[in-house]
Amino acid sequence: MNNIKANVTLDAKGLACPMPIVRTKKAMNNLVAGQVLEVQATDKGSRADMKAWSESSGHHYLGTIEEGEVLKHYIRKSSNDEFNEKNHPNVINNEELEKKLDANENIVVVDVREAAEYAFNHIPNAISIPLGELEDRLNELNKQDQIFVVCRTGNRSDLAAKKLTENGFTIVINVVPGMYQWTGETTGINR
Amino acid sequence: MAVNVMTSKEVTKKVLNREALFILDVRNETDFHDWKIEGENFEYLNIPYFELLDGIEEIIDKIPTDKKVLVVCAKEGSSVMVAEMLSDAGLTVSYLKGGMKTWSEHLEPVKVGDLTDGGEIYQFVRIGKGCLSYMVVSNGEAALIDATRMTDIYLDFAESISAKITHVFDTHLHADHISGGRTIAEKTGATYWLPPKDATEVTFDYQPLKDGNNVEIGTVKINIHALYTPGHTIGSTSFIVDEKFLLSGDILFIDSIGRPDLAGLAQDWVGDLRESLYKRYRGLAENLMVLPAHFMIIDELNDDGSVAEKLGTLFSNNHGLNIEDENEFRKLVTENLPPQPNAYQEIRETNMGKINPDIDQQREMEIGPNRCAVR
Repeated sequence: MNNIKANVTLDAKGLACPMPIVRTKKAMNNLVAGQVLEVQATDKGSRADMKAWSESSGHHYLGTIEEGEVLKHYIRKSSNDEFNEKNHPNVINNEELEKKLDANENIVVVDVREAAEYAFNHIPNAISIPLGELEDRLNELNKQDQIFVVCRTGNRSDLAAKKLTENGFTIVINVVPGMYQWTGETTGINR
Repeated sequence: MAVNVMTSKEVTKKVLNREALFILDVRNETDFHDWKIEGENFEYLNIPYFELLDGIEEIIDKIPTDKKVLVVCAKEGSSVMVAEMLSDAGLTVSYLKGGMKTWSEHLEPVKVGDLTDGGEIYQFVRIGKGCLSYMVVSNGEAALIDATRMTDIYLDFAESISAKITHVFDTHLHADHISGGRTIAEKTGATYWLPPKDATEVTFDYQPLKDGNNVEIGTVKINIHALYTPGHTIGSTSFIVDEKFLLSGDILFIDSIGRPDLAGLAQDWVGDLRESLYKRYRGLAENLMVLPAHFMIIDELNDDGSVAEKLGTLFSNNHGLNIEDENEFRKLVTENLPPQPNAYQEIRETNMGKINPDIDQQREMEIGPNRCAVR
């Protein structure tokens, strides 16, 4: 699981503060909203600063993994369309899904966030299919199953739910508000 | 305008002289709230450097022009960047040389007293972290107590007063800072003393320090008397030097007392802590000058920068020594404790010799305040 997928990788190894953040900020300007940046740094202080900088600038700090001397930070560029109106009619809230999971119901949860987001924090046994790959990976899912689709804020999962329905999946349910307010059990790398 | 450099020594002087200083701390907010440069007349503004990458226009009105301004960050780099931006905008400011990393390592030697038959005792104030260590000097010989890992400072100081370090002590196995005791003993050939009950897992040789041990240094005999006072750790030992000074380790501080949980046995050691503070210390002379291994807040410093108070005064003023009810005492030292020191488990393992982190890792482990006390 050590190779987390990112759209762009930035090498900030050997640079001392403030350079890792200065470079990260520049690199982030060239990313498309929703894409993930991997920053490789050796400055130990960069972990706390990446997190704090991401929060203050509205990006999503996903996490950091350590590989020897190198810290790999993952940040997803913020996008404005995350709290748009959702159209898929069939929804369930976080708490209800959590109850179903606790009751051990045989449930299929599809997490349509980017692989790096999934890697650091996801519902146990959720299947990772990023929204951008869904079209090509429909055959991994069973059309008769009840499928719960989750993302960070319910927006990408809304789009995914519509796509699944259009492709003949019958029971597709969007999980709202999604992972950013999920209080139930999760798992991920670094645990 | 100019960018000046200010050293930790100069900042220390401003703390001790209660001078005014405006500190622009450009570390992230969490680090700032966790730990900062404390001074009675210091003012603060915390804006992370990464908020200022596009310019300092937003904060320029908040920077005073009638006061010295010091820009501070973790390791210097970001403070230089921000100081230069402020300078370009027409302000005269300084940055802290070496940042908080160097601030954490600065030691200020202060003489705290004379010994009866000649000789003196020095306190090394680690002002950024609140650690206190001691050098007892008599007739060309010196003993060190609770030395930090900045070993050169003690070695250079001893050389400057022509003293040979012959004995090195740790009052207990430290959890908040890496001890320099073993290294100094190796370099000087001095005897390294540790309380055996704290040293059950150490990987090196040491001289067991037991209750009632007397160690003498110098041709004019200075008596260092060990007094077993468990509670902060099971082995914690105090020293009475020259019948005048009580080196209380992490058991008793000026405005607080030791916490019993850093080796994971809070409930077990409460009784020991109470016994040490309320029985063993009560039996000592009230005119002993208490010299602890830490201070927690800057108010605990005397005007000359030393941290010292008469035992009798602490009996009347220190809240932790005045809790009649045992249950209330137990609650104070086991519930609502402050957060534990950064990396305290790794620090303990380093002090046992089990792990050998390099200098950068050691610095990283020691970041932050000492947090060995409860008030």
